[in-house]
Amino acid sequence: MKHTLRQVFHSGKFVTGFSIFMALLLIVIVYPLIVKGAPLAIISQGTFLPPGIYVSAFDSINSPTTYTLMLDDAAAKRIANKLSNDDRLAMKEWLVSDGIPETEIDITDTAILLDLWGKNFDPTRQFPGMTFAKVQYYRRLDASLEGLLSTEGVTIAAQNPQTGALEQIVTIKQSDYVNLNNVANVRVLLLGTDNFGRDVLTELVKATGVSLQLGLVAGIIATLIGLTLGLLGGYIGGWVDDVIMFITNMFTVIPGIVLLILISFSIGQEKRGVVTIAVVIGFTAWVWTARAVRSQVISLRNRDHVNLSKLSGHSIVHIIATDILPYIASYVVMAFILQIASAILAEANLSILGLGPRTTELPTLGLMMNWAMIYQAQILGKWWAYFPVIVAIALITFSMNLMNTGLDQVFNPALRD
Amino acid sequence: MKGYRKYFLNKLLWFLVTFVFAFLLNFVLPRLMPGDPVAAIVARLAQGMSNTTGVQAIYQQYADLFGTNRPMLEQFFIYMKNVLHGNFGYSFSQYPRTVADTLKSAIWWTVCLQFPAIIVGWLIGNTLGALAAYLKKGFDKLLMPVSIFVSNFPAFGMAVILMVVFGVGLKWFPTSGGYGFDLIPSFRWSFIWSVIIHYQLPFWSIVLIAIGGQAIGMRSMSIYELNADYVKYSRFLGIKDWKIVGYVFRNAMLPQVTGLALSIGTMVGGALVAEIIFSYPGLGTTLLHAVMGQDYPLISASTLIITVMVLIANFTIEILYGFIDPRIKAAQSD
Repeated sequence: MKHTLRQVFHSGKFVTGFSIFMALLLIVIVYPLIVKGAPLAIISQGTFLPPGIYVSAFDSINSPTTYTLMLDDAAAKRIANKLSNDDRLAMKEWLVSDGIPETEIDITDTAILLDLWGKNFDPTRQFPGMTFAKVQYYRRLDASLEGLLSTEGVTIAAQNPQTGALEQIVTIKQSDYVNLNNVANVRVLLLGTDNFGRDVLTELVKATGVSLQLGLVAGIIATLIGLTLGLLGGYIGGWVDDVIMFITNMFTVIPGIVLLILISFSIGQEKRGVVTIAVVIGFTAWVWTARAVRSQVISLRNRDHVNLSKLSGHSIVHIIATDILPYIASYVVMAFILQIASAILAEANLSILGLGPRTTELPTLGLMMNWAMIYQAQILGKWWAYFPVIVAIALITFSMNLMNTGLDQVFNPALRD
Repeated sequence: MKGYRKYFLNKLLWFLVTFVFAFLLNFVLPRLMPGDPVAAIVARLAQGMSNTTGVQAIYQQYADLFGTNRPMLEQFFIYMKNVLHGNFGYSFSQYPRTVADTLKSAIWWTVCLQFPAIIVGWLIGNTLGALAAYLKKGFDKLLMPVSIFVSNFPAFGMAVILMVVFGVGLKWFPTSGGYGFDLIPSFRWSFIWSVIIHYQLPFWSIVLIAIGGQAIGMRSMSIYELNADYVKYSRFLGIKDWKIVGYVFRNAMLPQVTGLALSIGTMVGGALVAEIIFSYPGLGTTLLHAVMGQDYPLISASTLIITVMVLIANFTIEILYGFIDPRIKAAQSD
């Protein structure tokens, strides 16, 4: 046993897969200890907030101490932030239509561009072929550019509850800064928010955990059924084997997804929890394990040590437990690993069809994918809503298959490099 | 030829028994669903109606129409008779369209998308796997991890990524549908062209997934065979290398053919989800709409058709296999 384990951990593929899997498991366990809060709490108004650090504007103004920093590039950055490349191209287009030679306009030099714009732009001017929307766009752009190069600060005022008059509270200069540590409310949303306004990262970690548990439950069920049927069919043989093989062959040919769809639909929306789905997946996925175990057992059945055991009068249970199971243990472990991976994929497929677990407390990877697809995150370019989910699923199945391939090479010398 | 006939009849019998079983599952499972689908339709139609006798009458009419008020056994015989006539009843969610009408076009989109994609993926995957086993070294080192990663990639993940990169980002291909939304199906060039470019992304997403798994299987099979005694013996005899390689790959190919027969069901499952991602007008998308509309005649008919398609594909492969593998003939004529 010890020797086998050492051999297993010498296989590069197994170790890589194992490390990835353990890293995922560690994140799933440790993350909730650090970041507290319900995984499905709706924290934002509006959907698909992009990833980043969110700083409370209110708290920054009311920060106890403000600092003055003299940074040369501050003004340039401020303008660049407000004036996108598209805006610059549009400005150039207007100026060219106005008759200014193209060579004189350099859209990378903000100061010259703004200067030219300020001198030439006339909001009432209309060029032939320009749509009304475009004219409006130029007016808006012009309005937003005003005061861009000014050096005055901004005055913050509050309404006096008695008189209703505005009273100045504080003036913020352009060189005023606050330290992030002094701002009461800062929220890091590494993966933004999803279509319901929930923190994607927290949700994803929880979903990975739930999906792994689901895979584990489904994998255990599928492996137990497959192992039992495979052992019975392979060892006892005769009509028992015929019946078992008949059922197994039937379920091999009927697509698993069809059974999953029919059963999950029949269970009905209300009763479709995570555990139910796991059980359903387990009950439809045992076929491959049963086939593999059966063929192994058949090749073992007439070995000398098994015959010896039979002659010594041991019971079937004893023979299976001591003379058969140890020889197929490695196959069963490998099949179990694959079952977990395919159960996680099956759940995802089912959820995309709208037949996944119907829950309001627990996310699963499939459900997150389903939500992102329904709200068209992929078309809208909201990559943070679906891409991390795909990566999480791919990492889980990839790590498990690497472990499986590694084990296969250890126990099956013909496949070794 | 006698041996083949026995093999063929054996497979045909098996095919029919599986079909009957699948048919039974298809009928029974959706009807176990709690809740009354007819009541849901009536609730939708009778919105704002205050006359209870009127609502009752509508309910009765629909229950008669769909036959949901009869005993289960009677429903089964009616269903069986209707299915034999190609009549799957009315769709609940798209009433008064019939299920047969809804599915008629969807079947062809699915057949034309999935089976070519699976076969192309199988061919490319086997070629790559055989090459990896034969060339070893760099090619194998590169191909194997990529194959393992790709074959474990969820089918919908591949679909979404292809769509985002080539559809949304590069704008080379359209992102959804089977043809341009502004076109009417006809045999005009513009329509055919539109179908072809809409076909590319779903097709390649299915092909790519299929390649990985097949390449891995073919590689291990070929390595097994390359180390077999007959290969060493042939080398001692001085048979040319390319000839040996030919034998080896022919032998390695056989389990791959059976593997295709066994895994075609799983592949179709993944491909159905890929269809949904691209809103391809096939059975996958139809199923999605059926699930959303709680439409059990449509679900049951779609799953039945998917099962039948997979069964036929499986049967065809088994028959072809009988011709390719000489051992089958030998075994049957004993």
